Amino acid sequence: MRSECPAVELSGLRKSFGPVTAVDGLDLTIDPGEVVAFLGPNGAGKTTTIDMLLGLARPDAGEVRLLGGTPAEAVRHGRVAAVMQSGGLLKDLTVAETVRMTASFFGRTRPVTEVLTRAGIADLADRLVGKCSGGQQQRLRFALALLSDPDVMVLDEPTTGMDVEGRRDFWQAIRADARSGRTIIFATHYLDEADAYADRIVLVRQGRVVADGTTAQIKNLAAGRIVRATLPDADQSGLAALPGVEAVEVRGDAVLIRTGDSDAVARHLLTRTAARDLEITSRNLEDAFLALTATDAAPAEVLPTATVGA
Amino acid sequence: MTTSALTTPTADRRPPALGGFSPTVLLIEMRRVLRNRRTLLFTMVMPAVFFLLFGLPQRGETLPNGRQVLAWIMVSLAVYGAMVATTSAGAAVATERALGWSRQLRLTPLHPAAYVATKVATAMVLGLVAVVIEFAVGAAAGVRLPVSVWLLAGAAAWLGSLVFAALGLLIGYLGPAENVMQFMGPVLALLAMFGGLFLPVEMLPDVMQRIAQFTPVWGGGNWPARR
Repeated sequence: MRSECPAVELSGLRKSFGPVTAVDGLDLTIDPGEVVAFLGPNGAGKTTTIDMLLGLARPDAGEVRLLGGTPAEAVRHGRVAAVMQSGGLLKDLTVAETVRMTASFFGRTRPVTEVLTRAGIADLADRLVGKCSGGQQQRLRFALALLSDPDVMVLDEPTTGMDVEGRRDFWQAIRADARSGRTIIFATHYLDEADAYADRIVLVRQGRVVADGTTAQIKNLAAGRIVRATLPDADQSGLAALPGVEAVEVRGDAVLIRTGDSDAVARHLLTRTAARDLEITSRNLEDAFLALTATDAAPAEVLPTATVGA
Repeated sequence: MTTSALTTPTADRRPPALGGFSPTVLLIEMRRVLRNRRTLLFTMVMPAVFFLLFGLPQRGETLPNGRQVLAWIMVSLAVYGAMVATTSAGAAVATERALGWSRQLRLTPLHPAAYVATKVATAMVLGLVAVVIEFAVGAAAGVRLPVSVWLLAGAAAWLGSLVFAALGLLIGYLGPAENVMQFMGPVLALLAMFGGLFLPVEMLPDVMQRIAQFTPVWGGGNWPARR
């Protein structure tokens, strides 16, 4: 179910803080119902972009359209909600009081008990916010975001500082909720989160989109596989000369070969050399991420194509 | 109209009545304030203890106008308690800013004016509680005044503290730190002194009496004494 206007439309977005350029000409369009991961290292401009998207910060240049209007309009009608990475809670209120108070700021909301249940914190209703763990507080922020039944939900690094269990519980709550048609945008620097929960990944670096596509497409950007084998006294230059080989690394008795044609390398190793314990692994999202976001490499050199698919 | 561009029917997405100012918020705010032991100590308990400490030994003594010294001390401390209560309630904004709550509020339809109104209302309720407690302690300790004086003095102490609710809010919005009251506490004590709440202004050195005339509480201590 797509409506005629995109959920989010960012064009030519720029924002500087003194000499530091946080967002540097960012363009992004997100359709209703998409679950998008906004992935990038710390300082990539994710939070600044989200602040502008929500109308909490004013862009130096460019335009933000949220559900066809301004962010302020979307906020006024409760059509957008956000889960920030920290803060935004009063420690001396109970969980239920926080939700009831926030609900009173809207014209109409989902019932308090319903959002508590959906966020998985119904049993914590009477606990003081200050006594809740980081993960519990985050689920409270999520419950607050559910109140207005928003069309767009933005989560800014929602699991930062949580332990593995907390992260899993939090994402379970999000997933259990996943209402069809709700647009979800989450910033993260955890690759596995982007991989596991997003339909689409937007990679940002130094305030720009450096790659944009499905998880598979992003992985393909850093295409190639690693062939690993035990091979004492490997002929490094000979292996490097094989077709498709990008790099060869010798670590003691082991040799690691990065290649676009793993079959050829494997065949060569097994038939022409004494190699054993052969392993072939595809490069994971983390490699793609590192290749795309390494600050010493200009984006154009690593990957000239910023947008894949779409 | 911009609303026509929105895809969801706007009927159930209208902004809240009165910009979000509601009894619900007020009630939760009050509960929150009463949960804070520190605030209670400084606004409710301390003035009462001061009264018992400094007032009781002067029990039976009278002012030149024939009223009890005890009554003067009680009203003065009620003014002081209301000052501290309203200032600290207003200054709570600083804490909320530091915690990112104000930022969170910007993502709701709550109107800023409704937020400020809630803060002022909370401060005034707290101020009233401070005055009532002080008067109750005073009455129990033997203060006797005509009903009209009770009411007038109470109303003056309470409504006068509106100024300090505003001051607290101002400081809360300007102050960078969380513990605004650690700074405001001594300032209020100084203002109370200039206002003659702790001892008659006439007992201060000349220069300080002059300065006192330009401070907000000036006259606050004299007024009940003259009635």
